[in-house]
Amino acid sequence: MIKFPVPDDSCEYFDKEHETMTREQIEALQVERLRETVARCMKNPIYKKRLEEAGVTPESISSVADIRRIPFTTKSDLRDNYPFGLSCVPLRDCVRLHSSSGTTGNPTVILHTQNDLDEWANQVARNLWMVGLRPDDVFQNSSGYGMFTGGLGFQYGAERLGMLTVPAAAGNSLRQIKFMRDFGTTALHAVPSYVTRLYEVMQEQGVDPRKDTKLKVLAIGAEPHSEEQRQRIQNMLGVKAYNSFGMSEMCGPGVGFECKEQNGLHFWEDYYIVEIVDPETLEPVPDGEIGELVLTSIKREAMPLLRYRTRDLTRVLGRTCPCGRNHVRIDRMKGRSDDMMVLRGVNIFPIQIEKILMNFKELASNYLITLTTDQDNDNMTVEVELEELFTDDYGRLESLRKEVTRQLKDEILLTPIVKLVPKGSLPVSEGKAVRVVDKRKVYQ
Amino acid sequence: MTIHQLSIFVENQQGTLLKVLDILKEAGIQLVATTIADTQEYGIYRVICSEPTRAYIILKEAGINVALTDVLALELDNQPGRAADAIRVISAAGVSIKYMYTFLLGGKGVMIFRADPCDKAKEAIILNKLKFIAEEDLSKLL
Repeated sequence: MIKFPVPDDSCEYFDKEHETMTREQIEALQVERLRETVARCMKNPIYKKRLEEAGVTPESISSVADIRRIPFTTKSDLRDNYPFGLSCVPLRDCVRLHSSSGTTGNPTVILHTQNDLDEWANQVARNLWMVGLRPDDVFQNSSGYGMFTGGLGFQYGAERLGMLTVPAAAGNSLRQIKFMRDFGTTALHAVPSYVTRLYEVMQEQGVDPRKDTKLKVLAIGAEPHSEEQRQRIQNMLGVKAYNSFGMSEMCGPGVGFECKEQNGLHFWEDYYIVEIVDPETLEPVPDGEIGELVLTSIKREAMPLLRYRTRDLTRVLGRTCPCGRNHVRIDRMKGRSDDMMVLRGVNIFPIQIEKILMNFKELASNYLITLTTDQDNDNMTVEVELEELFTDDYGRLESLRKEVTRQLKDEILLTPIVKLVPKGSLPVSEGKAVRVVDKRKVYQ
Repeated sequence: MTIHQLSIFVENQQGTLLKVLDILKEAGIQLVATTIADTQEYGIYRVICSEPTRAYIILKEAGINVALTDVLALELDNQPGRAADAIRVISAAGVSIKYMYTFLLGGKGVMIFRADPCDKAKEAIILNKLKFIAEEDLSKLL
């Protein structure tokens, strides 16, 4: 029995019916699914109380805009009700859970029913199909497995599409490269900093990704990165790199993905209602303006989240696309609001620093920002690795350091201490890269 | 007229020189002369050694920031005033010296320096019959 049919290879869409809906159709479906979701949430005592206090019933929802009457849900709600407090179905209906690492408190736990997992796989398959992958492709998933959703999320989605899927997991770069060559990998999923690492190892091993591998598509995500970093990755490996957005609270990867236009990520509005709000006033901001991404999952059974504040900052780029999909296009994440550094009253995102550093071909892509306090003054030190010793001259190294400092100052409006460090001297993580170390906290 | 010098970018931190030196030791490279200044954060460790090209490749493969630099090398008699005489000639030609170091090898003084512009320095060396050291000469002295 084929439960989930896969379209012909020539079809542009994995799920043509939903992917090519008009805006009117999308919104009509959203109203219907939001009502169902509110009804489902009423089965959970915490949600029930909140919805009743706000006077929200499924019947009272008549337009997508009615979502604004629903209170927000935050990460603290998940932590406070750890582990199963926000579930909307009995545990016997759940078949899996995923959890965040919990570095800043209780971990957050997300439950899934079998239907949730099936829909999630469909979402991921839709994304991978969208960027040209077909059942003939070989998909290597170099993402962490286990509790992190990037592993199983892409695994099931790639399998749903029908690809030969290699659960390579993260780390062991030599083995990753061997897999790529031996299995004829055509598509790779990894966090961007790890793609860079893999390329370095390829260089050390004398492997030319263009000649020695069959790679044609990269999926990168789970770590904020700049357009410059994407360009650099594309140039390194000679293939297109598509930005993927996911978060375990919404299922995992598959929430949003770039189409071949590479002009924003399509967020699947048959699964989510997408809002961008001012993080201070929580009022919606107009399209094009940066605000906090707020998501409501409208197709999930076990743990739908109502107006979940993601802390990701981004903006709406448009609601149409030459690819034929009218699902909202969201800009790459501008950083997370909890990544934000406030130095001497200036708000700075690591991505701003990265963007500048990437412009210097003399510099490698590994960098570390350290914040310190010196006589009540906040200081930022940016250590960046030297790609190649391009000179034997202290003067020219100093000029490079000064030019980097000047450009950073223009971007972040304060003068950082820039240090050039030898290649390989900064810590390399094989998962999410640690870019900021805030040593100021000891004084607080 | 020029010889190869390794220029190695190192952090001013305990253990960084040892890492480089251990790699060279492992490869059986013999050091002839080395120099590094006491700068604040990083330094360029300059090395004259046997088989500089092989040493360069080995360091590069080990992920070290290294460059192979051409520097001028003069052989001077081991007597007072010879360095001054040599520099006087270079200086008179309008050449500035970026950096310089000297050492004794086989009873002879060796002066290594980087000149700007290098061509003018070479010209002055030839015209004034200063004795320069080529790569082959250096390996003979070892």
